[in-house]
Amino acid sequence: MNLFNLTIHELNGLFKKGEATSRDVTESFRKRIEEIDPKVNSFLYTDFDEAFKNAEEADRIIKSGKNFPELCGIPLSIKDIFLMKGKKTTCASKILENFVSPYESTVTKRLRENGYVFLGKVNLDEFAMGSSTENSAYHITKNPYDLKRVPGGSSGGSAASVSAALSAGSFGTDTGGSVRQPAALCGVVGLKPTYGLISRYGIIAFSSSLDQAGVLAKDSLDAAIMLKAVAGFDEKDQTTRKFDIKDYPAIVSGASKSLIKGLKVGIPSEFFTEGLDPKIASKILEMRDLFRDLGAEIVDVSLPDTKYSIATYYVIATSEASSNLERYDGIRFGYRFKDENGGFFGTLDDLYRKSREYGFGKEVKRRIILGTFALSAGYYDAYYKKASLVRKLIIKNYRDAFKKADIIIGPTSPTPAFLIGEKMDDPLSMYLSDIYTISINLAYLPALSIPVGVVDNPSWGGFLPVGMQIVSPWLTEDRLLSVARIIEGEIGFRDKYKPEFKNG
Amino acid sequence: MGDFNNYEAVIGLEVHTQLLTKTKMFCSCPNIFGKEPNSAVCPVCLGLPGALPVINLEGVRLAVKAALALNIGINKKSLFARKNYFYPDLPKGYQISQYLDPVSSDGYLSVKTDGTEKKIRINRLHIEEDAGKLIHAGSRSYVDLNRAGTPLVEIVSEPDLSSAAEAVEYLKNLREILVYLEVSDGNMEEGSFRCDANVSVRRKGEDKLGTRAEIKNVNSFKFVQKAIEYEIERQIEITLAGGKVVQETRLFDSKTNTTRPMRGKEEAHDYRYFEEPDLPPLILDDEFIGEVKKSITELPRAKREKYVSKYKLTEYDAEALTKDKEIARYFEDLIDKNNGRVEIKKLANWVVNDLLFGLKSITSIGKPANKEVIEKAISELTHVGADNFLELILEVESGNINKNTGNTVLLEMLKDPNKRAAEIIKEENLAQVSDDKGIEEVISRVLSENPKELEAYFAGKDKLFGFFVGEVMKKSKGKANPKKVNEMLRGYLESLKKGGN
Ligand SMILES: [Zn+2]
Repeated sequence: MNLFNLTIHELNGLFKKGEATSRDVTESFRKRIEEIDPKVNSFLYTDFDEAFKNAEEADRIIKSGKNFPELCGIPLSIKDIFLMKGKKTTCASKILENFVSPYESTVTKRLRENGYVFLGKVNLDEFAMGSSTENSAYHITKNPYDLKRVPGGSSGGSAASVSAALSAGSFGTDTGGSVRQPAALCGVVGLKPTYGLISRYGIIAFSSSLDQAGVLAKDSLDAAIMLKAVAGFDEKDQTTRKFDIKDYPAIVSGASKSLIKGLKVGIPSEFFTEGLDPKIASKILEMRDLFRDLGAEIVDVSLPDTKYSIATYYVIATSEASSNLERYDGIRFGYRFKDENGGFFGTLDDLYRKSREYGFGKEVKRRIILGTFALSAGYYDAYYKKASLVRKLIIKNYRDAFKKADIIIGPTSPTPAFLIGEKMDDPLSMYLSDIYTISINLAYLPALSIPVGVVDNPSWGGFLPVGMQIVSPWLTEDRLLSVARIIEGEIGFRDKYKPEFKNG
Repeated sequence: MGDFNNYEAVIGLEVHTQLLTKTKMFCSCPNIFGKEPNSAVCPVCLGLPGALPVINLEGVRLAVKAALALNIGINKKSLFARKNYFYPDLPKGYQISQYLDPVSSDGYLSVKTDGTEKKIRINRLHIEEDAGKLIHAGSRSYVDLNRAGTPLVEIVSEPDLSSAAEAVEYLKNLREILVYLEVSDGNMEEGSFRCDANVSVRRKGEDKLGTRAEIKNVNSFKFVQKAIEYEIERQIEITLAGGKVVQETRLFDSKTNTTRPMRGKEEAHDYRYFEEPDLPPLILDDEFIGEVKKSITELPRAKREKYVSKYKLTEYDAEALTKDKEIARYFEDLIDKNNGRVEIKKLANWVVNDLLFGLKSITSIGKPANKEVIEKAISELTHVGADNFLELILEVESGNINKNTGNTVLLEMLKDPNKRAAEIIKEENLAQVSDDKGIEEVISRVLSENPKELEAYFAGKDKLFGFFVGEVMKKSKGKANPKKVNEMLRGYLESLKKGGN
C-alpha cells in the first residue's frame, strides 16, 4: 500500500486504528516528491525539516488517545501566496524573491492548530495572475497527465501536487477560477467557498473583492475536511462574517443518493458557448443525464448577463490589483533595483520604476497598466463604475436562477489542459479559459469542480481529465460537497484514472 | 480695471486633525509618535503583503462626536475609499480615506467677526489615516512609520469666508471645539491640527468664483493670517494688471510671509479613488449615534453665552472661565456648592482674578505661560477642591479675614492642596481683628505715637485720616477689618476732639 495514494479520510482512519503514523505518511510523501516532482515541478520549495517536526508533534497528539482533528498529521502543500511566519513567500514573483514573512496567515495558523504537516510551497502564476502557471517567475509546472501541457492556474502547483499524489491536499486561492480550472485540468476536486467564509488575512492580495482561499483535494470528503479546518469569522478580516460553520465532513460523509431525488439542477445555456470543446460539452450532458437518472429534476435557467463576465472581471480585478500591488515599490521589503555597482543613485521615481520594471513579470505589468487606466480620472465612470453595475446584474442573474434551481452545473473549463506555450502570446484566449468560472467570483458564490471523466489527448494519444463545475447559493458548501460526493461515487474517477507523467 | 477695494476674497479651509484614540485607525498599534522610530508598527500599518485593515470604532466615535458638535449631518452608511499614490511614507501605496460617501456632510460653524454672527457652511467631515514621516539626514533618507495609520478627520468648509481674520476666527472656533470635546489635542506646531486654504478673488457683486490657489503648509494661526493676506493681495494685483490667476498649489514660506507655487510634479496626482474592497460599508445605527451625542459636553460658546446672560458676568470673565474645560467645570462646581450664598459674580472674580492669577504667579513666575505650565496649573487647581476654595471665599465674604489675607491663604493652599483654608487661617493666626477692644487699643497706640500728625489733623488737615487708617492696618498686620477700623477711628477722633477742647 502506497500511503501517498490515500485520501485524507483514509489516512485519518489509519491513524485512528494506529496502523500508520504521520511520520510514515510524511516519509512516503518525501520519497514520492523526490521521485516525481522533478518531472512535474509543482513545488517552489519543500521543507522536510518542518514536515517531520510537524509529523512528530502530530503523532504525539494522536498517541495521546484524545480526539484529534481530521487534518492532524496530514501532509499538505500550500500555494506560495499564503504568508507563514519565518518562511519564504514569493507569490512566484521576483519582486518577493527572498521575502521571509514576519507573520502567519489566518489559514495556515488554523491549519497549524489542526496539526497538519507542512510539506512546502507550491507554484502559481505570479501574484495569482494567469490560468496556466506559466507566469511563475521561477519555473513552469507541468500537468501530471501530460508533461507537455499546463496544469492550469493560477493554483497550478496545488492542483498538480494533489493530482500527482505529492501532497494529500493543497490550499490555493481562487479569484476568477484559480482553484477550479487547474482542478479540472489535473483531475482533482477544487472548491471555492462563498466569499468571506475563509479569512484573507495573510494571503497576498490580487483582487480583494474576488479573492477567496480554496481547497484542492483528492475527493469531496477531503475537501470538506479541509474547509472545516479553516472556515469562519476572523477579526483580522472585516470581509469575513460570523457565519454558522457547519460540520461539513459529517454532512458529506452522511450524504446518500436520496439527496439527488427531486433536486432541481439548472443548466444555463450560457455555459455552452461557442468556444466550448464539443467533447467536454457532451461529457457535461452525460452528467445531466446521470442527474436525471438519479431522480433530479433538470430545469432551465438563464444567466443572460454572464456574457459580460470576462470584461467585468478584467476591469474590477485589474483595478484592485493595480492598487494592491502598489506596496511593491522597492522601499521596505522585497526586490530593489541595484545598478551594476550594487547601489542606486537615481531619483526616487527612477527607483520605483526600475524596481517594478525588473521585479514584476509581463502579465502582472499588463494588468497593473490595465487597472491603472481603468481607475484614472475621466475613465472611472466608463470602466470601474460600469463594471460594478454589471457585477450587480450578474449577482441578480444568479439570485433569480437559484429561485428555480438548487444547484447549477456546467463545464469548469472550455478546453482540457492546453499545451505549454500555446496561449502565452494570446492573453485574450488565455483569459477565456476562465469564462465559466469568473462570474461565480463576481457573484461571491461557492462553486466546485469535480473530475467527471476524460477526453482523448488530441496530440499524442492518452487522455486528459474533464471537470464539471457545480454552483450553489451563498453559504451552501454542504450541499455542494454532498452532491459532489454522490456524483464522484457514481463515476469512480479515482479508481479509473491515474496520471502517468507522459511526454516528459 | 479698478482698485483694490473693488475686489473681495473667497476662502475655503480644509482642516486635518489627529484623533485622540488609543490605537491607530485600522490596526491595534498604539496611537503615539515621537517614540523610537518604527516601534509602533505591525503588518497592517507597515503595508506588508496580505495584511488587512480593521476599522477602529473609537476613531469613528470621535469623528461622529466632532461632526455632531459642528452641526454636521451623520451619514448612517458611509464608505471607505483608497487614494492611490506612491511615496515612501505611504507604505501601502494608498491612503484609506473617504471619498464619495463620507461619514458626515452638510453642517456649519458660527463665526463672530466685527460683532456680527456668520454661519460658515461645512461641506463634509471624513475619516482617514495619516502617513508616516520621512527623515532626511545627509545624503540618506529614512522612513519612520509610527505615525502611519494614525486616525485623522478632514473637515472641509464651503468657500464662505471672506477675509484672513474670518478664516483665523473659524479655525480658532473649530480648534476650541475639538480640544474641548477631547477629539484632538489641537496642537498646530506638532501638526496634529493642520490647515490648507483655498483662496480666490473676484470683483465685488460677482457670483462666479475666481480661479483658486490652494495654500499648504500653514501651521499656526499667525501664518494662516499672513498666508491668506499675502495670497489675496497677490491675486488682486495680478487681476488688476490684467493677468490671470493660475489654479495651483502653493506653499507658504514663513520666513518671507509669502507663498510660492509647488513644483508641477508635486501636484500632478491622479489619485484613482475607488471603494476600499477590504472594508465593508460603515453602518452607524441610532443607538451608536445616541451614545455619542450623550457624551458631548456643553461647548465653550454656549457656556460663555450662559455665563453672560444668566450669571451676568462680563465677556472677559466668561472668556477666561471657559477657555479651558477644566476651569469651566471647576467654576460650575463652585456655583453648585455655593448654593446661592455668595454672588456668582463674586465667585467668578475669585476664580479669574485670584485663583487663576495666583496659579500663574506660582507656576510661571513672570514667564509667559506655555501649554505645559497651564496644564500643570489646571491639574493643581483641581487639587484645591472647590469646597475648600469656597470655604476660603466664605471666610472673606463673612469678614472673618480680609481680601489680602485671603490671597495669602490661597497661595498657601495652592502650595499645599491638602490644607484646608480654615486650618491655614488658624495656624497662621490670620483671623481678622474685628473686636472693638483690640482695634481700639491699636488706634490709641497709633495716635499717641503720632502727636504731630494728630495736631495737624485737628488743625484741618483731613487727609491725614487715611494715614491713620494705614498705620492701624500696618500695626494690626492686616488682620483688622478695614471697615471696622474706619468706623472706630472716626469715632475715636470725634471723641478726642470733643474731650480735648
Ligand atoms: Zn499597526
